[in-house]
Amino acid sequence: MAAASEIKERTAAIAAEYTHLEGPLMPILHAIQHAFGYVPEESVQVIANAINVARAEVHGTLTFYPDFRREPAGTHVLKLCRAEACQSLGADQIAAEIKANLGIDFHETTADGALTLEPIFCLGLCSCAPAAILDESRVIGRIDADKVAALVAEVTA
Amino acid sequence: MSLIREIDYGTPASTSETLVTLNVDGFDVTVPEGTSIMRASMEAGIQIPKLCATDMVEAFGSCRLCLVEIDGRNGTPSSCTTPVSPGMVVHTQTEKLKKIRRGVMELYISDHPLDCLTCAANGDCELQTQAGVVGLRSVRYNVDANHFTPQVRGESNFRYMEKDESNPYFTYDPSKCIACSRCVRACEEVQGTFALTIEGRGFESRVSAGAHESFIDSDCVSCGACVQACPTATLMEKSVVEIGIPEHSVVTTCAYCGVGCSFKAEMRGDELIRMVPFKDGKANRGHSCVKGRFAYGYASHPDRITKPMVRESIDQPWREVSWDDAYAFVADKFASIQKTHGVDSIGGITSSRCTNEETYLIQKLVRQGFGNNNVDTCARVCHSPTGYGLGQAYGTSAGTQDFDSVEHTDVMVLIGANPTEAHPVFSSRMKKRLRAGAKLIILDPRQIALVRTPHIEAQYHLPLQPGTNVAVVTALAHVIVTEGLYNEQFIRERCDWDEFQEYMEFVTDLRHSPEVVEGLSGVPAEAIRGAARLYATGGNGAIYYGLGVTEHSQGSTAVMAIANLAMLTGNIGRPGVGVNPLRGQNNVQGACDMGSFPHELPGYRHIAGEDVRNIFEEEWGVTLVKEPGLRIPNMLDAAVDGTFKGIYIEGEDILQSDPDTHHVAAGLAAMECVVVHDLFLNETANYAHVFLPGSTFLEKDGTFTNAERRINRVRKVMAPKNGFADWEVTMGIANAMGLNWTYTHPSEIMDEIARTTPSFAGVSYDHLDEVGSVQWPCNETAPLGTPIMHIDNFVRGKGKFINTEYVATDERSGPRFPLLLTTGRVLSQYNVGAQTRRTANVIWHEEDVLEIHPHDAEQRGINHGDLVSLASRAGETSLRADVTERVAPGVVYTTFHHPDTQVNVITTDFSDWATNCPEYKVTAVQVALATGRSNWQEEYDRQAEQSRRIEHDGELIHGD
Repeated sequence: MAAASEIKERTAAIAAEYTHLEGPLMPILHAIQHAFGYVPEESVQVIANAINVARAEVHGTLTFYPDFRREPAGTHVLKLCRAEACQSLGADQIAAEIKANLGIDFHETTADGALTLEPIFCLGLCSCAPAAILDESRVIGRIDADKVAALVAEVTA
Repeated sequence: MSLIREIDYGTPASTSETLVTLNVDGFDVTVPEGTSIMRASMEAGIQIPKLCATDMVEAFGSCRLCLVEIDGRNGTPSSCTTPVSPGMVVHTQTEKLKKIRRGVMELYISDHPLDCLTCAANGDCELQTQAGVVGLRSVRYNVDANHFTPQVRGESNFRYMEKDESNPYFTYDPSKCIACSRCVRACEEVQGTFALTIEGRGFESRVSAGAHESFIDSDCVSCGACVQACPTATLMEKSVVEIGIPEHSVVTTCAYCGVGCSFKAEMRGDELIRMVPFKDGKANRGHSCVKGRFAYGYASHPDRITKPMVRESIDQPWREVSWDDAYAFVADKFASIQKTHGVDSIGGITSSRCTNEETYLIQKLVRQGFGNNNVDTCARVCHSPTGYGLGQAYGTSAGTQDFDSVEHTDVMVLIGANPTEAHPVFSSRMKKRLRAGAKLIILDPRQIALVRTPHIEAQYHLPLQPGTNVAVVTALAHVIVTEGLYNEQFIRERCDWDEFQEYMEFVTDLRHSPEVVEGLSGVPAEAIRGAARLYATGGNGAIYYGLGVTEHSQGSTAVMAIANLAMLTGNIGRPGVGVNPLRGQNNVQGACDMGSFPHELPGYRHIAGEDVRNIFEEEWGVTLVKEPGLRIPNMLDAAVDGTFKGIYIEGEDILQSDPDTHHVAAGLAAMECVVVHDLFLNETANYAHVFLPGSTFLEKDGTFTNAERRINRVRKVMAPKNGFADWEVTMGIANAMGLNWTYTHPSEIMDEIARTTPSFAGVSYDHLDEVGSVQWPCNETAPLGTPIMHIDNFVRGKGKFINTEYVATDERSGPRFPLLLTTGRVLSQYNVGAQTRRTANVIWHEEDVLEIHPHDAEQRGINHGDLVSLASRAGETSLRADVTERVAPGVVYTTFHHPDTQVNVITTDFSDWATNCPEYKVTAVQVALATGRSNWQEEYDRQAEQSRRIEHDGELIHGD
């Protein structure tokens, strides 16, 4: 992980690109997450200074959106859909099994840092429920615990 | 007496002049356009249930309890966010509404502990009240998902958060939070600090200080607005947690800064439970700061001395005596001194912390009893140049506006004042207006908070070199005149046109141009030009200034330069404009008004005037001396010379607060009878022969006059710990001298003031009780007082332009002393700290530190936190370094709150040419790494310890 001073410097440079916007906080948070893979704690005050708001306000916005990460994710991110269609086809049960297999809960990362597990609410794949998405790019339909385990083994090998 | 319960209208008042009539539950009610249904209903006497609404903040509409039905409209809109409209028919109580409200309340209570009986808010909880209001009888939900039990089914509850007790004055208990966000909005809208937020969302929403920090680590300034806004026990004063809720309250006035906030002192018996800002207080409009709200503990501090004490010489220990013996001691000593050394050999100093009535009595004692005019006051060392400068230019020695005026200001010019630290409640009102779009110009050597703080950024910061105010302000006038931005019509009508011609000739000279002044002041010429244009053309321009203007060798000149600016631009005589000194102490305005100066009788009337003298001669039955007496520095000089031998000092610690401590000490040491009348054995008392215990503002009746000339009542809420109010003690001395005073209540003193002083002619306690407060002049033509002065004419007739030539101070940096020291205050401490150091406020400021720029620090090998020596030609002390870019290179800064540092050892005897106001704001100094405390500090401690011994039942104890 980068040193605090480096994070602050990079944050300031990124934030400076957006300060001309009206309502620059959300674009800055997205850009920071894009750059670091998460929004580091050290960035909060720097962002606040850049747009002249209090760090409490940055914190309030940051914590409102679960998609803003507070810690770096694993090498891969698996998101399991928890929306109605998937739930009706057993998504909750499958999620429980996957958690047990990986030994982690939602929003956690495996001990080797290979995989982060997250819930997501509707991928628009209701016809193939239950669904999941890996690394924001690979969508998988009609999942079960075994199918997911195989996929995880494949990418973390 | 009972507990004053102010009506909460739910949403702020609308200022519209258009009226709208609607019908609420069958009653017609007429309110200003823009009023919420909730407020209109409350005005009709019908209280709509509510939780997230309170009239200190804007409507939010989140609690869903205040729903109403409106004829012809669908649904159940929230009454707090729905404005009234003509002919609207509103129903606040229907079967549908009752059912919805009960359901909403049931959900709230399902995530709230049911420990009402042992809860600190029991009896003072809006959630409890509203549950009763909606008739909640049972809660059907029994859920494991909650925020208030540490454990759920034997496992730790991840939603539960521990109580945060980090703030010394209040607690944050997240388990009782209903997420109404009233605290967050109060912090933002009222205080303007933005220290709080709601973190998370939905059921996980919780109030967070900073970024999930403890309150003490966050940006919180402990103003108390959140505590006041909280409807439950979530944010609660520790005093209420410890003692219980109050049962009666008395409205009084804060005894800290010159804002003069009104508070309800909420009591249980004679125990003060809490100070709550009073909504009807016209200075503070229901807001407070950490000092007035919480830092009253000094009143019951064990250091308070409650028995009179005397000693023959200052190397002896103190001896406790009866009050009568103390009075006799003083009267005998003063009489024998005057017999030996002449009538002019004694004098008195009035206090800016005591009431008008007490101050009036001290100058009366001096003039009537001592038979001379040797009376002065601590305003000598702060705003005496304001009195002189504004008196010369406009004809009155006071600010021109009320604080409400700021709500109409478009451009604020802030000169040498740091209101977020020194006048916090007014700074919140400024910030509110700035967030609404007003522009800001700051002249200050330091990067004070208002230069850039969340949601506020000054358009111009002119970081001038200390000592160059007159040059820069005159340069602003130069730009306004040479660029033709002045208001000719105003000047022709209101000022002397010929005088203006002379002034114009003076100010247009090239030596006052921004380009030349840049060289003296270090302020870029373009910034001076931009600031001048903005002030002259930006709409209503108001100037606010502080001691950074007055405490200079050209303090009076700077005040006149400011007065010129306002006249040039026509910014005088209406709301939103004016010249407004921010006065430091609670009653420094009043002390000046009451004739505390050696050349003036009450009401700023010169002692040489026979008519004026006659009024008092008749009232007091003596002949008054027509020559002015000695000022404080003259008294000290005379003492060193051996011609001034006795002094009565009420409520002022001149040894710590006045410049050049060595000289003050030498003066005091040379006197035969120094009488100190104070709460504590202060630093001056080390040189005293008589100590008369004082009373706090909580223990007496009287009035304070704030920076806007507002005369506010001070009301007694408890008996004086020392037995007597200060006015009674002064009367004790007077009567021991045979003056035969017979006051039985301070109201009689005010009556005497009203009888003798035209600007106070209409003031009486009955009148003040009736109308709350008045701003002087208050007389037959203005029975309700005068919020804004000089409306059609200046008090002196025509406004006077005065040429303001810049003369550099003799105090300048050189090879031996290459840096310039300037001084100031912090939020949590007050003046010499005698009060605030004896409260939990020390958690924010344990010691004075020296701010130094990284460049200057590096040159000297100084790191953050190092002990450094600070030396000037006057003396040397030591303190810790704070390496920061708040100060410019070449400038260092510190505060004067702690006697351990005693920064006035460093300051010099240079002073304002007109008024002798000391030049605190500029001292040439050198800073170096220190190996230990200075010799002077060690020596001083030894002397202080020796001097504070008290003989008690044959034993020596140490007073502190």
